Amino acid sequence: MSGAESVGDGRSGGDGTTGDDVDRTPVPNADVCVVGAGPAGALVADRLAADREVVVLDAGPRFDPDDRLARRERAIRPAYDRPDVWDVGGERDAHENAGEWFYPLNHARVKGIGGSTLHWQGMVMRLHEDDFNSGTVRGVGPDWPIDYADLRPYYAEAERELGVAGGSGVDNPHAPPREEPHPMPAFEPSYSDSLFAEACEELGIDIHSVPNARNSEPYDDRSPCVGYGTCQPVCPSGAKYDATVHVDRAEAAGATVIDRAPVQYLDHDADRVTAAVYATPDGGEHRQEADAFVVAAGGVETPRLLLLSESEAYPDGLANSSGAVGRFFMDHLFAGAGGTLDEPTRQNHVGFYTSACDEFYDDADEERAPFKLEFFNYAGPSPVEMALSGDDWGDPLLERLRDGYGNHVAMGGLVEQLPRADSRITLDDDRVDDRGNPVPRIEWTVDDRALSTIERANEVQVAILEELGAEVEWVAGPDATGPAYHHMGTTRMSDDPAEGVVDPDCRTHDLENCWIASSSVFPTSGAMNPTLTIAALALRVGDGVDAWL
Amino acid sequence: MELTRRDAVAALAAVGATGGVAVGVRRMQDREGGEDAATDGASAGDPSDRDTNEGTVRATMVAVAEVVYPGEVDGIDEFVDRFLDGRLDGSAHASGLREAVGELADASQAWHDAPVEELPAAEREELLRGIGADTADEDPDGTTAERVRYYVVNDLLLALYASPTGGELVGIENPQGHPGGAESYQRGPP
Ligand SMILES: Cc1cc2nc3c(=O)[nH]c(=O)nc-3n(C[C@H](O)[C@H](O)[C@H](O)COP(=O)(O)OP(=O)(O)OC[C@H]3O[C@@H](n4cnc5c(N)ncnc54)[C@H](O)[C@@H]3O)c2cc1C
Ligand code: SF4
Repeated sequence: MSGAESVGDGRSGGDGTTGDDVDRTPVPNADVCVVGAGPAGALVADRLAADREVVVLDAGPRFDPDDRLARRERAIRPAYDRPDVWDVGGERDAHENAGEWFYPLNHARVKGIGGSTLHWQGMVMRLHEDDFNSGTVRGVGPDWPIDYADLRPYYAEAERELGVAGGSGVDNPHAPPREEPHPMPAFEPSYSDSLFAEACEELGIDIHSVPNARNSEPYDDRSPCVGYGTCQPVCPSGAKYDATVHVDRAEAAGATVIDRAPVQYLDHDADRVTAAVYATPDGGEHRQEADAFVVAAGGVETPRLLLLSESEAYPDGLANSSGAVGRFFMDHLFAGAGGTLDEPTRQNHVGFYTSACDEFYDDADEERAPFKLEFFNYAGPSPVEMALSGDDWGDPLLERLRDGYGNHVAMGGLVEQLPRADSRITLDDDRVDDRGNPVPRIEWTVDDRALSTIERANEVQVAILEELGAEVEWVAGPDATGPAYHHMGTTRMSDDPAEGVVDPDCRTHDLENCWIASSSVFPTSGAMNPTLTIAALALRVGDGVDAWL
Repeated sequence: MELTRRDAVAALAAVGATGGVAVGVRRMQDREGGEDAATDGASAGDPSDRDTNEGTVRATMVAVAEVVYPGEVDGIDEFVDRFLDGRLDGSAHASGLREAVGELADASQAWHDAPVEELPAAEREELLRGIGADTADEDPDGTTAERVRYYVVNDLLLALYASPTGGELVGIENPQGHPGGAESYQRGPP
C-alpha cells in the first residue's frame, strides 16, 4: 500500500486495524515482566525467553513492516514532521519543557515495538575506559561502580547481537581494548572521507572507521545495506539493526509481547514490585504479575513510571529513597560545522557516516569534556526533499537543485555533559496525558565545561574544513547546539543507596525484584552514542535476573 | 535524458508501491476502453476512487508532468503511466490523488473550457498557478491548492527525483529513496 498518509495510524492500531482482536490479557505465572520493547527490553526478553515465562508490555503499537516505505515517504515529504514518521506525538506523548534549555522530546524517541531504534542512526561505539572513572581520572562527576572490564565481554556479545560492522580497533588507535574483531567488516570510507583524510593528514589528525549497527554484508538473515539513504528515520531494507529483531526472536522463543499496553504504575509492597498495571486500547486496565520486573522504558519514561508509582511506602516515587529518580538528566551535545567546496563531494548516497575521529576523546579533564568528531556523508540538502518545496518546477527547479546539491561538506561531533541534580525529569503539575497521568516535565540544563568543549570541537572542525579548502558556511557552537537524542542519567547507578537508584547490577536498591535496563542508569555519559552500552547492560541484567530467579 | 522502465520501477519502490498482476490486467482493460474495468483498481478501494475516470487521471498526470518536469527529460508519457500503475493501488493515497486530479480537471473546464491534457503547455502552467499549486505547501488534507501540490505536483516530482535518471539530472545517481547500492557513495565524481 503506497502513500505517506496511507499507513495505519499507530495510535489506533499500527497495522491499520483497531487491534480489538488482539489478546492483551495478562500472562499467568509469569517469571519476568519487561516494561518497554526497545533494544533494552527486547534484549532482556530474548535472553530469558527460552527458559522463563516472559511477558513484555509496550506503550506503543506493533508497526506493520509493510508500511516502512510509506513511512519513509513521510520522512521525505515536507507535509510531515519527523515525529509523524513513527506516529509520535499527540496526547499520549505530551510533555512540558520548563528548563533553561528546550528539549524536543518527541523528536528523540519512538514508542512501539522496537522503540527508538526504529528511528535511530545506528552508530555503536563502546565507552572508553576512562568514562567509567570520570571522577578519579578526570576530576569531575562520579565514577561508575563498574569498570570497562566488567562490561567488556557483554560489549562483545552486544556487538554480535546487534550486528556491528566495524574496524575491530585495527585502524583506530583510540578505541578501547578488545579481543575479538567486530562481527562484520567496517563500511568502506566514502569519497568525501577521502577528501577529509587528506586534510587531516596535513594537520596530523587521525581519521578512522566507525562502528555501525548496519549490515556491511548479509548478517543474521538480514539484508546488507542497499543504499536507500534514509537510515534515520526509516531503513526499509532491514540492514540497519532495530529492536524488532530481538522482539521477534524473544517471541519465537516463547515470550509474550503485548503492544499498546502502557504501564500506568508498578504496584508494590515495601520491598517488591507485585504487578505492572497497564491500560489497553479498549479502555481496560490489567495487572501483570511476575516474580521479577525489568523497567526498560527509555531514559524519560522510566523515571516517570517510577514517579507515577508513588505510594505511602515510597511517597517521592518508587525506588526513590535516594531522591535521585529523574535527576541528573543528560544528553550528548551536538557540535558541528559545514560549508562548500568548489568540487563535487558526492553526498546523500547513504544515510550514515563511515569515518570519525576519537583522537581528542581522552584528553578530557576537569575543564575539557570528552568529545568525538564525525565526518558526514549527508552534508547539504537532499535533492528529492528540495524538489518538493519551493515555488518553482520545470527547468528553474532543476537549476535550483543543481545549484543546491553537490559541493557540501560537513562535520559533526558529540560532547559529554556533566550530571547535574537540577537537570531533571519530574511530573508536571498541570498537564495530563491521554490516560490522565501527569506528563513528564523536562528541566534540561547544560554545564559550562560542555559549552566550552563545544567551542573546542568547533575549532578543530573549522581547521579541518579550512584545510580542505571549504568555505565554512555554518558552525553549530554553544548557542546553536542541541541534544543528540540520548536520554541518560535519570536513575543513576551507585554502590551507595543514598546516591543512586540502582546498584552495580542495575537492580534497584529499594526493591529486590526490580531491575532497570536503560541509559538512565549511566552515572556519567561519556561522549559515545549510548545504545551499545545499553545493550551490554541489558544482556548483563538478563543474566542477573536469571541468576536471581 | 530518457526516463526508462527502470526509473518507473525505482520511483514506485521509493514510495512503497510495486504494481502487481492485478494492476497489469487493469491496464489492458483500460486500453480496451472499458470505463468500469478501468476504474476498478487492484482492490476494492474507496467508492470515491471511482469519481474520476482512470483515463482522465492518467492523461492529466502526464499533462502536468510535462509542465513540472524539466525540458530535457523524455519518455514522460510511459514513465508516468507506469508510475500510476503502482500508485493507483486502492490506497487512501490513490483516492486522494484521484480527487485532486478531479478538482484540477474541473478547474480546467471552468476556466479554459477544455480538459487539462488538451490545453497548450503555457495554459496548463497558468492553470496550475491559478489554482495556487506553485506557492502552496503540500498538505494531503488541505485546500485544493495544497492537495493538488501534494497529490499531483509533488507526487510527480517525487517520482522523478527519486529515480536514477532524475537523480542523475542533478548529479546523484543514487538519490535518497532509491536503493542504489552501498558502493556509489565510495566513488568519486565521474
Ligand atoms: C533520531 C535518533 C537517532 C539516534 N541515533 C543513535 C545512534 O546513532 N546511536 C545510538 O547509540 N543511539 C542513537 N539513538 C538513541 C537510541 O535510539 C536509544 O538509545 C535506544 O533506542 C534506547 O533504547 P531503550 O530500549 O532504552 O529505549 P527506547 O528505544 O526508547 O524504547 C523504550 C520503549 O518503552 C516503551 N515505553 C515507554 N513508557 C512505557 C510504559 N509506561 N509502559 C510500557 N512501555 C513503555 C516505549 O513505547 C518504547 O517502545 C538515536 C535516537 C534517535 C531518536
Ligand atoms: S543506507 Fe540506511 S536506510 Fe539504506 S539500506 Fe543502508 S542502512 Fe538502510
